[in-house]
Amino acid sequence: MNFDFNDEQRAIKDAARDLLASRYPLAEVRRLATEEERGFTDGQWDEFVSLGWPGLVVDETHGGQGLGIVELVIVQEELGYALAPTPLFSSAAAGLVLQAGGSDEQKERWLAPLAAGELRGTLAMLRDDGPAQADGDTLTGAWAAVPDAGSADVLILNDGERHWAVAADADGVTVESTPGIDPTRKLFRVSVDGAAADPLPGDQEIMRPAHDAAATAIAAESVGVAQRAMEMAVEYAKDRKQFDTPIGAFQAVSHRCAEMLLETEGARSATYHAAWALDHEPASGALATSMAKAYASDAGFRVPAASIQVHGGIGFTWEHDLHWFFKRGTANAHAFGDARWHRARVADLAGI
Amino acid sequence: MDLTLAPEEQAFRDELRSWLEANNPGREPEGDEAAFAFRRDWQRTLNEAGWAGISWPQEYGGRGATLVEQAIFNEEIVRARAPQLANVLGLAMGGPTVIAHGTEDQKERYLQPILSAEEIWCQGFSEPESGSDLASVKTRAERDGDDWLVSGQKVWTTFAHEAKWCMLVARTDRDAPKHKGLTYFLMDMDQDAVQVRPLRQITGESEFNELFMEDARIPNENIVGGEGNGWAVAITTLMHERATLAFGLQVAVKIALGELMERARETPSNGGSAAEDPLIRDRLAQLYIESEVLRLNAYRGLTAQMKYGVPGPEGSLGKWHWAEVNQALTELAMDIAGPRAQLEEEPWTYRFLRARANSIEGGTTEILKNIIAERVLGLPRLRLSA
Repeated sequence: MNFDFNDEQRAIKDAARDLLASRYPLAEVRRLATEEERGFTDGQWDEFVSLGWPGLVVDETHGGQGLGIVELVIVQEELGYALAPTPLFSSAAAGLVLQAGGSDEQKERWLAPLAAGELRGTLAMLRDDGPAQADGDTLTGAWAAVPDAGSADVLILNDGERHWAVAADADGVTVESTPGIDPTRKLFRVSVDGAAADPLPGDQEIMRPAHDAAATAIAAESVGVAQRAMEMAVEYAKDRKQFDTPIGAFQAVSHRCAEMLLETEGARSATYHAAWALDHEPASGALATSMAKAYASDAGFRVPAASIQVHGGIGFTWEHDLHWFFKRGTANAHAFGDARWHRARVADLAGI
Repeated sequence: MDLTLAPEEQAFRDELRSWLEANNPGREPEGDEAAFAFRRDWQRTLNEAGWAGISWPQEYGGRGATLVEQAIFNEEIVRARAPQLANVLGLAMGGPTVIAHGTEDQKERYLQPILSAEEIWCQGFSEPESGSDLASVKTRAERDGDDWLVSGQKVWTTFAHEAKWCMLVARTDRDAPKHKGLTYFLMDMDQDAVQVRPLRQITGESEFNELFMEDARIPNENIVGGEGNGWAVAITTLMHERATLAFGLQVAVKIALGELMERARETPSNGGSAAEDPLIRDRLAQLYIESEVLRLNAYRGLTAQMKYGVPGPEGSLGKWHWAEVNQALTELAMDIAGPRAQLEEEPWTYRFLRARANSIEGGTTEILKNIIAERVLGLPRLRLSA
């Protein structure tokens, strides 16, 4: 029993923390969110490529690093902590699905370049305007809230039963920007109208661990978001004085901060456990994922919400950076299954 | 990261499980005295087989096992639904305090009879006017030759009527600042100057007692950790209380939740069962997750404690979180029982009432939040006038 990272994992964590802190000061996060159409720059992407991050969990035969979900979660938590706007997660999610249930040919065509960072991908889970219609090698349908689709080369479209790989530049593919609550991750509506679509052979059950890994990665991001929002609250509560006293000395404030720690640490434990289970105990991976995503969905927006309250009026201003964390936590809470959806799944899997 | 048991931990658990299967005496008899004698016999049996004082050093009669093995023991004993051990306060608090702060003579004298349950221990900390503010205790001890004479009142003293020794915090220097004037004594309960009165609680039972002392005599050699050092020694006792109990408590929550899930499946509701009611189902699932988070936080804290020597921040959250989860669980049980929840025969009514103490006993939730805010988050201390 050892519920801690090994030396290599700790090194990944420390390196990610340092790099992201230097590359993503909050002024840069704000600039990317409000001024960059794609939400990131080529230079930022290239640096992640040089570190091998796009291929972190892709197997070595396809040019990836062949690491586990634990390592993915480590990087995702740090991305959340830095609130780095980047299409890394979206591309990783597409890769996870291709790796779990793609054909050899599809892996050659899409997975290897995704791992190398030569191409980017995304995974669409939320159908828009009714069911998708497949006709031979073509597909017609629409998906909403697809992350980073505007900068993706391959779109993996899921209708709840099957997955298709569609080239973003194929005829009949329309990708429209749709403003989301969280401008640090760009969302798009993807519609395909008789577009060439390559069905992935893996059925929904084969793909389940890939979906779970994506949900756990989002949970990890929310853990980082909650951690940062808590630290901001604690710092503010030490500095801000009212009634000639730092407000953190008042129990109405300090107890709220203690509650943030309980929620953040609980979400962290559940998320690390889910990552470990997906890597080492696949039979319990689904239950562990849903426990983690349900808990981290709640913590991911509640902790930043509590932090806004601790900050008082300044926390509600556009100038303060806290709202970006609140928005990311909220968007994450509703992506890849919200807390209620995952609790229903826990109830089924736990035999309630 | 490896969340499975190491081969030697697995072997420890398997050996303990098969021993428990063969030796678990089952349900306690009715009646307080008979039940206590039963627990005393049970602890003797455990000790003779080497299962008492799991993480105590071998030289003091313990097993010398790791903290993980202690955690496994606390989990397994609850999972097997074995009776409680008679000397729980001696094992979890008194013994570790003597090991940490006692003299060699004290270790020689006190530790073995704790393990064998020959001498039961109780805790004399709280007073009617000193609850969360422990350092304000008024019970005073005056020097009388080689002895001390103690007068005052203690409250919420579990097992006082069975106990031989009381971990007593008393004021020995009235002129010193309040945290400095305290001394930690081991008081012999077997004297006329100590009177025990049962305290009836909202469940109608009397698990706790009040303790009245009128010139109770304590030899000077019964001081633990030195005169005037009582606050630091008392903190050791409290830390052990919170750290070691967590593993047993989280398993108890899981067992209770299993029973509640079964009850929900059997209880009709709106043409189906309560377990199918989406509102109940959502709350059950949340409790299932919380109980798992309790377990995971406890193990993460344990790993940190073994690696860095001190419990991680997540460890200090356990007692508070457990109280919240157990109260929510019993509240849901009452909702599932519906109108029948009014009846005393309803088995969850007792647990519902008993759970109110969870956020008070062993450190109130408010005090635990203060500790987390100040010592883990580094927030400023509230400066109180007076």
